[in-house]
Amino acid sequence: MGANEIQSAGKIRLLLVDDEEAYVNILAKRLTKRDFVVTATYSGTQGLQALRKDEFDVAVLDLKMEDMDGIELLKIFKKMLPQMAVIMLTGHGSEQAAREGIQFGAFDYLTKPCELDDLIDRINAAWRSRGDRAL
Amino acid sequence: MAARQEQGEAYYKALTRKIVLIVVVASAIPLILISGTIRYYFQASYQDKVREHLQVLIKKHKQNIDTFLNDKLADIGFLAMSFPFEQMNDNAFLSERLSILRAMYGRSFVDLGVVDEHGIQTAYAGPFKLENADYSNAQWFKDAMQRREYISDVFPGLRGIPHFIVTIRQQHRGTYWILRATVDFEAFNSLVENIRVGSTGFAFILNKKGEFQTKPRFEIVASREPFLSFLATRREVRDEVDVTESPNESGIDYIYVMSPLKNGDWLLGYEQSAEDAYSAVYAARRFAVIIFVIGVLGMGAVAVLLSNRIVKHIAQADREKEMMQERVIEAGKLVSVGELAAGIAHEINNPVAVMVEEAGWIQDLLEEEDLKASQNLDEFKRALNQIRTQGSRCKQITHKLLSFARKTDPRPHVVQLNDLIEEVIALCQQRARYGNIKIGANLEPDLPTVTVSPTEVQQVLINLVNNSLDAIDEKGGKVEISTKFSDNRVTIDVADDGPGIPEAILPRIFDPFFTTKPVGKGTGLGLSICYGIISKIGGDITVNSAVGLGTTFHIQIPVSKREGNVSALNSSPKP
Repeated sequence: MGANEIQSAGKIRLLLVDDEEAYVNILAKRLTKRDFVVTATYSGTQGLQALRKDEFDVAVLDLKMEDMDGIELLKIFKKMLPQMAVIMLTGHGSEQAAREGIQFGAFDYLTKPCELDDLIDRINAAWRSRGDRAL
Repeated sequence: MAARQEQGEAYYKALTRKIVLIVVVASAIPLILISGTIRYYFQASYQDKVREHLQVLIKKHKQNIDTFLNDKLADIGFLAMSFPFEQMNDNAFLSERLSILRAMYGRSFVDLGVVDEHGIQTAYAGPFKLENADYSNAQWFKDAMQRREYISDVFPGLRGIPHFIVTIRQQHRGTYWILRATVDFEAFNSLVENIRVGSTGFAFILNKKGEFQTKPRFEIVASREPFLSFLATRREVRDEVDVTESPNESGIDYIYVMSPLKNGDWLLGYEQSAEDAYSAVYAARRFAVIIFVIGVLGMGAVAVLLSNRIVKHIAQADREKEMMQERVIEAGKLVSVGELAAGIAHEINNPVAVMVEEAGWIQDLLEEEDLKASQNLDEFKRALNQIRTQGSRCKQITHKLLSFARKTDPRPHVVQLNDLIEEVIALCQQRARYGNIKIGANLEPDLPTVTVSPTEVQQVLINLVNNSLDAIDEKGGKVEISTKFSDNRVTIDVADDGPGIPEAILPRIFDPFFTTKPVGKGTGLGLSICYGIISKIGGDITVNSAVGLGTTFHIQIPVSKREGNVSALNSSPKP
C-alpha cells in the first residue's frame, strides 16, 4: 500500500548513516541530484532518531562508527522497520563483518570508497527487492 | 650471532662437564663404598687367617720343641734311675750307655758325664777330653744342683762350641750327683730352622736375656724388643701363643709370633714382614685397584659419551626452540605490521572516498547548462577524471595493505594459492622495480584451494622472493612464480636467474643460523622457517640450483579431495 504510493511518486527515500560527515554530505548532494529523497545522519544515534520520525525505503549504513557498531544498528533497524532494505558500507578487509550483516538481513554490501554508480545500482536493486517483497 | 654461538658452545661444554661429573661421582661413590667395604673385610679376615695359621704353626713347633727337650730329660732320667751310682761312675759303662742312646735316639746326644756335688766330672763318655773337668763355677752346675731336672741355655762352655746340656740330679749316700748329657746343637737347631714361611718368615729361640739359642737364619732380626717385653711380662703363661704386629726400626711392618718354651725360660719367636705374610691380600688389593681404576675410566668414558649425546640433543632442542621463538617473533611482527596497515588503510579510505565523491559532485555540476559554456570545460573534466583515477589507485593500495593485514593470521583457512601469490607479487613489486627485476607469474588456472595459514604461506613466499631479489645483482633479472596441480598436490615453483647456490652449501641452506649474508644482514633463519612452515602443513620444500643459471625452490602442498570441494563452494561468486 505504502510502497505503491512511493512507487507512484517515483522517489526512493534514502537514509544515510555514516560518521564521516563530509562523505555523507557529498553523497547526499549527489544522490539528491539523482532524484533520491535523502536524509543524511552522522551517527548511529542520529540514524535511529531519523528512523523514529520518518519512514525510509533504503538505508545505507557504515559498518564502523564511533558511537555504535553497524551490525548492532542494522539489527535495531530491522526490528523497527523490517521492510526497509539496508546496504552496508565497509572498508576492505572487513567483508567478514559485512557478510555477517547479510545474515542479519542486510541486502548487500559495498566496500569504501565505492563508485557512485555502483551504489545507485545497489540502491535500486534493494528498492526493487523491497517492492517485490511488499507486493 | 657468532658471539652468541660461542657463548652457547661454552654453555654446552659446561653442561657436558657437569653431567660427566655427576655421572662419574654418582657411579663412583657406590663403587668406592662397595669395594672399600669388601677390601676391608677381606683384608681383615685374611689377616686373621694368616695370624691364626702362624699361631697354630708356632704352637705345634713349640710343642715339638718342648717334647724334644722333655724327651731328652726323660732319656737321661731313665738312665740315671736305671743304674746305681757306682755303675754309672765308670767311663766304660758310660760309653756303652752313650752308644745305646745314640743308637736309639739318633745323634742328638753328644756326650754323657757324671758330676759329683763339687762340680768335678768323675766319669765321662764322648768325643771331648773332659774327664775330671771342674764345673764348680759354671752357672749351669749351680742351677742344676738346685733342681731335679735342668736344661741349660746354649753356651760355649769348656769345649768352645755352642751347646746345651740336660741334667738329672740323683742322691747317693746322702750326697747329690748329676748325670749330664750334651744335646747336639745342630739337631736342636734343625727343629726351628725348618720353620720357614714365605721369603721373610723364620723362627728362632731366645733365652731370657735375649740371646739366641738357635742360629738365626738371617743375621738381622727385625727387632728383639717385642720378644723381650713378652718374655718379661708373660713368662708365667705356658701355652700362650702371642701374635703382635708392629713396625721395626726401619718402619717396615712385621708380624711377631712368640710362645714361651721350657717353662718360660726360653722363647720361641717367629717373625715375618707383613708384606710377605699378607702378600695375597696385597696382590688382591693391587688387582682391585687396577679393576677400580679401569672401572672409573670406563665410567668416565661412558659418561663423556653419554653426556655428549645428551647435550647434543639438548642443543638441538634449544636450537629448535630458538627457531620457534624467532618464528613467533616474526609472526608477531607481521601481525603488528598488518594491524598498523589495516588502521592506516581504514583511515585513508574515508578521506579518499570524500575526495572522489567531491570530484564526482563537481562533475555533476559541470553537467549544468551555465557551466557547460565554460571554455575550460574539457580541462575541468580531465582534471576531475584524474582525481577519480588517482582515488581508485589509492583504493587499490589500501586494499592491498588490507588484504595483507587480513592474512596475518596463523590459523589455517581455505586459501586459493594463486590469489595469495598475486598478492605477494604485488607486495614485492616495488622492491623488485628498484632492483631492475621483473616478477612474473605463471599460474595454473582452476587450481584447487588448500587449507593452510595464509600468513605463513605468504611468509614463505615473501622469504623466497626476497632471497631471490637479494641474490640477483644490479644488472637485474627475473623471478617467476608458477603453480601447477598434480598427484593431489599443488606445486609452487619460485625460480630466479640469479647467480645460483654453490653445490657445497646446498645441503645446508635449510639449516638454522646458516647464512651467506654479511653479519647483521641475515639471521640464517629465513629458509629454516620456510622449511618448518611447509613441513608443518605436511608439504615439502626442495631446491634446485646451478651456479650461473639460477635457483628454483619447489614447494609442494597437499590437497585433500574434501578440501578441494568445500573450498570450491566457498569461493564461488556471490549472488
